[in-house]
Amino acid sequence: MELLASIMKNLPDAISLGLVWGIMAIGVYITFKVLDIADMTVDGTFALGGCMVAATVAAGWNPVLSSLLAILCGMVAGFVTGILHTKLKIPAILAGILTMLSLYSVNLMILGGKSNIGMSQFGEQSVETIPDKIAALFGISAKVTNVSIGLILAIVIIMGLYWFFGTEQGCLIRATGINEAMVKAQGGNTDSMKIVGLIIANGFVALSGALVAQIQRYGDVGMGTGTIVIGLASIIIGEVIFGTKGSFKIRIASVFFGSIIYRVIIAVVLLLGFNPNNLKLLTAVLVIAALSVPVVREHISEKKRINANMKKYEEVDTNVGA
Amino acid sequence: MLVLKDVCKTFNRGSANEKVALQGVNLNVQDGDFITVIGGNGAGKSTMLNMISGAFPLDSGLIKIGGENVTNQPEHIRAKRIGRVFQDPMKGTAGDMWIEENLAIAMRRGKKRGLKWGVTKEERELYKKLLAPFDLGLEDRLQTKVSLLSGGQRQALTLLMATIQKPDLLLLDEHTAALDPKTAAKVLAMTDELIKENKLTAIMVTHNMKDAIKYGNRLIMMMNGKIIYDVSGEEKSNLKVSDLLKKFEISTGEEFANDRMMLV
Repeated sequence: MELLASIMKNLPDAISLGLVWGIMAIGVYITFKVLDIADMTVDGTFALGGCMVAATVAAGWNPVLSSLLAILCGMVAGFVTGILHTKLKIPAILAGILTMLSLYSVNLMILGGKSNIGMSQFGEQSVETIPDKIAALFGISAKVTNVSIGLILAIVIIMGLYWFFGTEQGCLIRATGINEAMVKAQGGNTDSMKIVGLIIANGFVALSGALVAQIQRYGDVGMGTGTIVIGLASIIIGEVIFGTKGSFKIRIASVFFGSIIYRVIIAVVLLLGFNPNNLKLLTAVLVIAALSVPVVREHISEKKRINANMKKYEEVDTNVGA
Repeated sequence: MLVLKDVCKTFNRGSANEKVALQGVNLNVQDGDFITVIGGNGAGKSTMLNMISGAFPLDSGLIKIGGENVTNQPEHIRAKRIGRVFQDPMKGTAGDMWIEENLAIAMRRGKKRGLKWGVTKEERELYKKLLAPFDLGLEDRLQTKVSLLSGGQRQALTLLMATIQKPDLLLLDEHTAALDPKTAAKVLAMTDELIKENKLTAIMVTHNMKDAIKYGNRLIMMMNGKIIYDVSGEEKSNLKVSDLLKKFEISTGEEFANDRMMLV
């Protein structure tokens, strides 16, 4: 009962974190599900967004401007991976890893050689983040602010992506992820489509990193580690709950729900006394388990079918023998 | 209309798997020609179509379409004037998208694609009208995923997609080979009708000699990466399967022993 109470107490945080991290998961959805590319860039881009915001906001920038700059930087990172993959023919996974690795140095440069920069709320060095500004503007608590920001952004993004992937360009990007030969035969430039997809995806990831940094009030060079796996976990949890047959709008929305549920799971295991150091291991195991379910299920049903068949023939055999 | 000059292509050059696919193909296609292409396995028929469409770069030679040199033009640029149907019914359509979305993508071949809505209402009406004559019931299933269709239905859809924007050149690469005989005959009849109706210039690769004779106004036979026989007009319409077999024996000096081509 006590546990339930603490879960309820932590629920607003889980929801706001889930929504904000969900923006990152949307980026992963665009590359992994729509384009069929496992884009490792996101680990670097997420930290890039966070570091960019932390460094500029701490230097006195307007947080909105900082966040926009973070998005732009993320898009550039996606563009770089896209060029490496399509023009230099580097396999997508390696192209992403190369950009991610470069971003580690870039992020250290942005942070001026330090491993993290804080955005202090109090004292002489105090700065304002986007949530601070909104909370002050409407006179609402930090908790309410974070949930509202997440909710509004999620709705805008769901509608925006539904629109975009319904346009002529968007349709072609989706087709590129399904059948490149068809797109080429219909006069579509598959290289451009992949680059555009990677740019959009990494823009979302950087925005997510920027918001997470503002909520936790610091940007850290290591904050992106394992981001892609968290994104995949969110997508898979969403699919498990809402299925894969729904319309595009529902599938995008289910990513946000998956992300929230992931945060709830994390909150619960932490409340149960789980060592936070093992969280990444838990996340990886969660993704492995979810990915292996269909394989195992298929294997079992196959064995059942073969065994049933075999029995039938065995019976026939005995009949003949008799 | 289409000119091929001394087109050569060797795959895996310099390796143990080196394969000479085309050795100096010359072809001059007139506007409105419907050419059928026959030849044994590895004769270079598909490679020739892939060179024309730009799927692979050629080693040497020249390709002109409508007077323009397209030898170095990338595949997706060339696609503006070329409609294609592949042997594999899966290859010409995006399975995880709706029928109308596939058609809408084909509708915009050679046109600028912007941020306008991908499928418009008027288009839907047009698609229904165009799908109805195929008699496959597709006109009532515009919002069905293509992956749920049969091979024949997918190939019929691909055929419509290849011709919905009238192409300067239609390339058919054994597009009925993967279908059952009845469906194959139907798709082939539809192909012939579309070509006649829209006065298209077309090149059709086939393994079926009877079809090669029955359809089109010109027939070419390929062997070892070369065109060894090119016949058109009355001479072509008077051809018999036995004539083609004889031709093949003369050129090779051996009995015709390709089992796939015997199935006539």
